Order: sequence, then C-alpha cells, then structure tokens
Amino acid sequence: MKILVCICPVPDTTTKVAFSDNNTNFNTQGVTFIINPWDEWYAIVRALELKEAGAATDVHFITVGKADAEPVIRKALALGGDEAIRIDTDSNDTYAVAAQIAEYAKAGGYDLVLCGKESIDYNNGSVPAMIAELLDMNYIGFATKIDVAGTAVTTKREIEGGEETDSCSLPLVISCQKGVAEARIPNMRGIMAARTKPLKVVAPAAIDALSTIVSYELPPAKSGVKMISADNMDELVQLLHTEAKVI
Amino acid sequence: MSVLVLVEHAGGVFKKKSLEAVQYAANIAKGMNTTVTAVAVGNADNAAMQELGQYGANKVLHTTDARLNDFNSRAYTKVMVAAAHKEGAKVIVGLHDTVGKAVSPRLAARLKAGLVAGAVSYPDLSKGFVVKKNVFSGKAFAFVNITSDAKVITLMPNTYPVVKGEGSATVDNLDVSFEDKDFSVKTVEVSKASGSVPLSEAELVVSGGRGLKGPENWYVIEALATELGAALACSRPVADSHWRPHNEHVGQTGGTIRPNLYIAVGISGAIQHLAGVNGSKTIVVINKDPEAPFFKAADYGVLGDAMEIVPKLTEAVKKFKGN
Repeated sequence: MKILVCICPVPDTTTKVAFSDNNTNFNTQGVTFIINPWDEWYAIVRALELKEAGAATDVHFITVGKADAEPVIRKALALGGDEAIRIDTDSNDTYAVAAQIAEYAKAGGYDLVLCGKESIDYNNGSVPAMIAELLDMNYIGFATKIDVAGTAVTTKREIEGGEETDSCSLPLVISCQKGVAEARIPNMRGIMAARTKPLKVVAPAAIDALSTIVSYELPPAKSGVKMISADNMDELVQLLHTEAKVI
Repeated sequence: MSVLVLVEHAGGVFKKKSLEAVQYAANIAKGMNTTVTAVAVGNADNAAMQELGQYGANKVLHTTDARLNDFNSRAYTKVMVAAAHKEGAKVIVGLHDTVGKAVSPRLAARLKAGLVAGAVSYPDLSKGFVVKKNVFSGKAFAFVNITSDAKVITLMPNTYPVVKGEGSATVDNLDVSFEDKDFSVKTVEVSKASGSVPLSEAELVVSGGRGLKGPENWYVIEALATELGAALACSRPVADSHWRPHNEHVGQTGGTIRPNLYIAVGISGAIQHLAGVNGSKTIVVINKDPEAPFFKAADYGVLGDAMEIVPKLTEAVKKFKGN
C-alpha cells in the first residue's frame, strides 16, 4: 500500500494575524510557519504507524507551495516518510490546490490519501473531498480511528452529534482529526535523516483558480467588558435577557 | 437558473440549520431574480418538504433509495449534480457541517465551481460574487470572490436568525441512476449522544477550563448547562487531560463555534482558544484572575471562584425561568 499524506504549511497557532497592502495580503513578517496541526499530529503519524506495522510500503508527503515551504516539509520528513513532493505553485483557491495534488497522485498509484481535517489558516476543509472526487475515490471525513487490513479499511468518524463506524475498501481519501494517532516529536536521528531524503520539486499543471481573496478584515473589537459582582448573578441573568437578548 | 440548496433531515424532520440554509438560498435567489429549489435525500416527510416553502423554497426535489440511508458522499454528490443539471442551477448552497463538508467540495470539483466553505454573509453581487468567511480559525475574515460560472457555498450554521414565513413548496421526485460504487462506504454502527444538544448547532454553550481543577468539579458546569438548555464545551488542556471528551474541545485545533451565548468558566482565553469562539454573539467570562486575557474579549465578566459563582448563576437562571 502506497500512502500519500497532504501537508500544508500554516502560521503558528500563537500568530497575531495582521494584513498589509490595504488589507489585501496576509502579512507574513515575523510569522513562524508550522505543519498544519491536523496534518502533523494525525495524518502523518497514522501513515507512519501503518508503515511500521507493515501495512504500508511507502509514505510520501505532498504540499503545494513555493520554496519557502521547504523547511516545513523537512520537518515532516524528520518525523519519517520516504520522500516528499513540492508542487511549485501557490494558491488560496481550494480547487487549484486539490487539482494540483490530484494531478500528481493520479500517476503515483497511491492507495490511500491522508489529510488533516482542515488547515488552520483558511479553514475550508475542502481539499480532501475534492481530491477524492478528482481521483474518483471514496472519501471518509473527520476520521477519529483508521484500521487497515489488506484492502479493507474500517474507520470511526465524527458525525453530527455522534460517531459512526464505516467500512470500505482501498483506494480511499481520509481526513483525520484527534483520535487517529498521538502526536510525535522528531528525534535527532530523524532530523539528520530528513536532510538527505528526496524532496522532489514538480512543475505545476495548468490549472486555473476558481476564486480569489479580495480582502481581509479583523473581527470588530469588543466595546469593553461589563463587570458584574459575584453576589449579583440575578443582574447578569437580567442583562443577558434584556440587553444581550440571548436568553 | 434557480438557486439549489441541500437540506438535511433527521427522521424526516428538517433541522433548524437546514431551514436557515433554505432562507439563505432564498435571499440569494431574490437578488438574482430567480427561485429556490431544495434537494432532499432519503426518507423525508412529505408535509415537512412542503413546509420548506415557509422559509423560501419554491420547489423540493426528492430522491429516495433504500441505500441512501447510509451517508455516502459519492451518492449525495450524484443527486446534487442531477438536480443542478435539471434546474440549470449556477449557485448551490450547502451547510458547513459534516455532510456539507463532504458533499460540497465533491460537487464543486465535479462542476468546476468555485467554493466558499463556511460563509458568514450573503454574496455581494455588486462586486462580482463576494462572500465573507472565517479564516485563521476565527482570527480574521476573508472576502472571497468566486470567479467561475458555477458557484458553491457552504453556510456556517447559526449565521442568520431563522424566520418562518408563508408559503408551500411543490415536491417533485428526482430520479437518479446510481451505481454500486456510489454506495461503497458501508455504515456499520452509529452512536449518538441522546438528549444533548450537538455543540455545532447549539445556541447556548457553557464551557469549562483548567480553572475548574478537575473533572470531579464538572457537575457545576453541567448543572448550569442543564438549566439553560446549553451544550457543553471545554478548552484544549481539559480535552488533552481527558477530563472531557475531545469533541467538546473548542479553539483553533478543536471546533469553531458561534453560539448566541458562550459562558467561559475558568478559561484564561489564550489566543488559540479565542480563535474558536470569538464569533459568539455574547461572551460571559467567569475567572478568578483579573488579568485573564479572556476578559478583554468578553461582554460580561465575573471575577471570582467558579465553584462559588457558577451555582449562584444556575440558581439565578432557575429563578428567571420560573417567572
């Protein structure tokens, strides 16, 4: 079984978001980029576990991004994996990203594509299902558990207000979240090995974006907190009723 | 040319968030001078489908097949593609939930339609087709212009209040020719928490953090939530320590929610937590640390020990409800 794990560089979770050029660009100055947590903690680690258990022969990482994405890819390779692919283009459009990955994956003969459930920057959560459609594969979203036996796959996944167990067979695209695996920290041997692992840079396919980000906006600042005395919870309830109108 | 909207039901009854999606589609349709067609899949109740007219649907296309009772993103996508072709639809609305997040991207890829996932506004047609959405997990908004001919939007639930109006929708069958592979994901088991409000749909949420000191103290949070009819949530350290199940974790690496009321108890308000909840309409913070950053993001604050304050608040809610 060949596994392709999609990874996305994202701003560190502590980043204070700011915009430049009249709010049309995300200001990356001083921003540290990390592997998207859902990719790193769950999709990557589960792929590595499947290889360690003998269920997978190859684990490849893929990302769509320019050369500045490479430190993040090396971090992924430090955790494990056999090779990484960087498709040399950048886009905020979900379709453009998914189609680039699907285009590469088609020729690669992958049996399982693992992704995080969404990226913490654009929060679309749409790339995994789009890849599934473009590769004509089944899709399991929001998996919390993945077991593979031969070509049979059993998953648990989050549904509205509960959990569902599904079975299906490879090939398959799965988006992963908490439960799928436990996060790992790369060790020194992994970090050294990552330096010499193959990182293929692939020219992008001719794919047009179907959307563009026109501008950004920060949420409106709160007008200031109204402090209520701990002995006056009746007043708080009244304010929630008459002023905030939420109860 | 009508605007298409996928509606979800449980046991034949349409969920509130689906009524919101119908109303949202109706508002878009009005701006485009066209009608709304809702698409219902599986054993939906006929009267309930007609009643979608009260929220702006002109027509409902209904596809039934025993195999549709298990959710398969391929089968649902096929239904939506068939409906889009039948109606000549160029704008298709879904919900930003586990169903919509699986179907809408597939549909968008199939139709080569630009997708806005998690919309929090109506499209601005005066500037093209510009839709506002959350980015950076709630730390900011982006205005996204869909440039393709066909357009797909998933609406963040609880964005607009649902208003019931007059009207009745006509119901037509939509025949779709399925293949075996459309049903190749088999549902083995479903377990649902009974009686509780799903967090993603909850209008009122009570959330606890490390300040509660341990899972044995959660009863005060639970009592308040029960009294309010609210859903429970928690911060990341609480989920990581297994005090509470991970599906209650809200924040940048948990769920993003936007309830009408978010009561945060013993949560300091780290930037990652705020990202997941700052879309809440009203925020109440209960914390014993006057320097807790959460107070800066709150509408109402109470300074003091959670174990004393929360039971008092529960009593006050009980008294208020009794009147």
